Amino acid sequence: MGLQSFIAERKKVKDLLVMAHVVCGYPSFEDNLKELEIMAEAGVDVVELQFPFSEPSADGPLFVHANEQSLKSGTTVDQCFELMAQVSARFPFKVLMMGYYNTAFKMGEDVFIKRLKAAGGVGFILPDLPIEEAGSLHALAAEAGIEPIILMTPTSSDKRLAKLGAASRGLVYAVARKGVTGSKTNMGDDVIGLIDRCRQHTEVPIGVGFGIGCKQDMDFLRGHADMAIIGTAALKIWEHSGADGLRAFFKEMMA
Amino acid sequence: MDIFDFSDGREGYYGDYGGVFLPEILHATIEELLECFRECKADPKFWQEYVALLQNYSGRPTPLTHLENLSRELGGAQIYAKRDDLNHTGSHKVNNVMGQGLLTQRLGKKRVIAETGAGQHGFATATMAARFGFDCKIYMGAVDVARQRPNVFWMENLGAEVIAVEDGQKTLKDAVNECMRDWVTNMADTHYILGTACGPHPFPEMVSWFQSIIGLEAREQILAQTGRLPDRVFACVGGGSNAMGLFQGFIDEPTIELIGCEAGGEGVGSYMHSARLAYDDASVGVAQGYKTYFLQNDEGNMNETHSVAAGLDYIGVNPIFSHLHDTGRVRFEAATDAEVRETLKQTMRTEGLIPALESTHGFVVALKEAATMRKDEIVIVNMSGRGDKDIFTIADALDDAKWKSFIGGKADQYRAEKK
Repeated sequence: MGLQSFIAERKKVKDLLVMAHVVCGYPSFEDNLKELEIMAEAGVDVVELQFPFSEPSADGPLFVHANEQSLKSGTTVDQCFELMAQVSARFPFKVLMMGYYNTAFKMGEDVFIKRLKAAGGVGFILPDLPIEEAGSLHALAAEAGIEPIILMTPTSSDKRLAKLGAASRGLVYAVARKGVTGSKTNMGDDVIGLIDRCRQHTEVPIGVGFGIGCKQDMDFLRGHADMAIIGTAALKIWEHSGADGLRAFFKEMMA
Repeated sequence: MDIFDFSDGREGYYGDYGGVFLPEILHATIEELLECFRECKADPKFWQEYVALLQNYSGRPTPLTHLENLSRELGGAQIYAKRDDLNHTGSHKVNNVMGQGLLTQRLGKKRVIAETGAGQHGFATATMAARFGFDCKIYMGAVDVARQRPNVFWMENLGAEVIAVEDGQKTLKDAVNECMRDWVTNMADTHYILGTACGPHPFPEMVSWFQSIIGLEAREQILAQTGRLPDRVFACVGGGSNAMGLFQGFIDEPTIELIGCEAGGEGVGSYMHSARLAYDDASVGVAQGYKTYFLQNDEGNMNETHSVAAGLDYIGVNPIFSHLHDTGRVRFEAATDAEVRETLKQTMRTEGLIPALESTHGFVVALKEAATMRKDEIVIVNMSGRGDKDIFTIADALDDAKWKSFIGGKADQYRAEKK
């Protein structure tokens, strides 16, 4: 089942889906599996596995540190795909690759799509690959039934949103605010306005990410977004209060 | 040949290199910048204003000096140095910065940010911001902050805030990433003054355009002084802005050889260098907003780089040079740290000139080749920066015992004052 129909199925039983995030190999692959197990138990719907990159310029301090430490401990692309294969076979959630374009470019776009498909991934998020540069990769993805996740942002003009909408497949990632991952977002009319504007330009479901970290954020998004994307907040909890903390966090977020 | 004529190809591409690889959130900002830059480039008044500013504030045109002693000593080609070291703030960086300052005014923005490696670009940006009345934040790798305190001192005294970047290798590339993070947050009132001809389009074109003033002057000057054009033109290449600047004065003459001089660090096979094009260790990749040759591993993660000159210590090279390397229009050579130390001493003693360690890389290759050329041939080398203000770094590089004992004495004095 492709990402979009998977989301449609899930939406029949819950009104706000959840996407969670781990950085492969940080703090370790063992920890990743423990985190993912908790996420699966909590009923997380989609998980993005971030392949670490040495220049993560769209990420905030916590993920920058995670990327750096993961690479320092020797994480390879092979290991990331292995993790992907393992978790997509074992857990009910769908798995996306998240990372930077150079990872895909360096192995070759065709190899990237093949390996992603073979590992059970259903899509990818490459924040530094604008649609103008994505033609060949998106074509390869379409052939393989892999969804490229397009980002829509508060600074995108209507003209731009129309262009992005035309390229969107599976899921749109609406970036709730300017900046990098990890800082707080004030959920308010701006975010609602952004979701409404995105809806005018795409038929695919909309996930909202950047700065989602508490129950109030979830309540706020319910009825507006199709999916809440939780990144930094979960890693922060994992680092401060481990497995029990993370279990409690997702339980509360998804209540 | 107009390398910036994109009508036959893709906008912002030089062969296979260049482009814009940025987060979607910056799309509108880059469009706005591109539009503003196109207006400026098409407006002769803008260029006039730019030249006047550099003349009245920075001492342009900088001279072209015949290095008679070195030429005689080597017994080969006549060597001329383009003296961009005589700019205000001590290097060619001020050209680009003043140009982008005028552009920031046109954009109506009030705040500027910049990355810096050696500190030259940060110093120039802080100077420009003081002059134009912009708020200014400079990002600099923590390692560079530690080894370039004098430039940090000046930036802070000029009113800029200097942020020591603690991520990654804590050097130039990490400062670039941190600028990107600031920019994706504050683009509404902030212009990013990128310091070299790298990064996403239109930066490579824009920085090259501002720096072309070096080549325009040099061409006129060599014709006035010798009645002919040079045979070879040399410049050091970190990101490549000073070389792009000088080369543009000569690129349309197919008989003039252009030679880019990269940082060979500890030499071929050492993996402790920053030679992207002269050595075979780099491969094509996409990072920091553009596609070019990077010093990276098989999985696309960047390798550590090294140079005695912090300003050349960088993973990538401007996309225009990647293209001109492929086409063979520019030849790339490398100078090692050891060669740089020797040539610096030679240049100081023979000509009374103190090139920056960065610029000395150009001198190494220029002197080597000039010695093998005929006496009636002419070479120009870009003295893109002056070394005397980097006394700490140069004294270190030359391992000067008297300097070390002086600093030791100073340290004792400060310690005593503290008590």
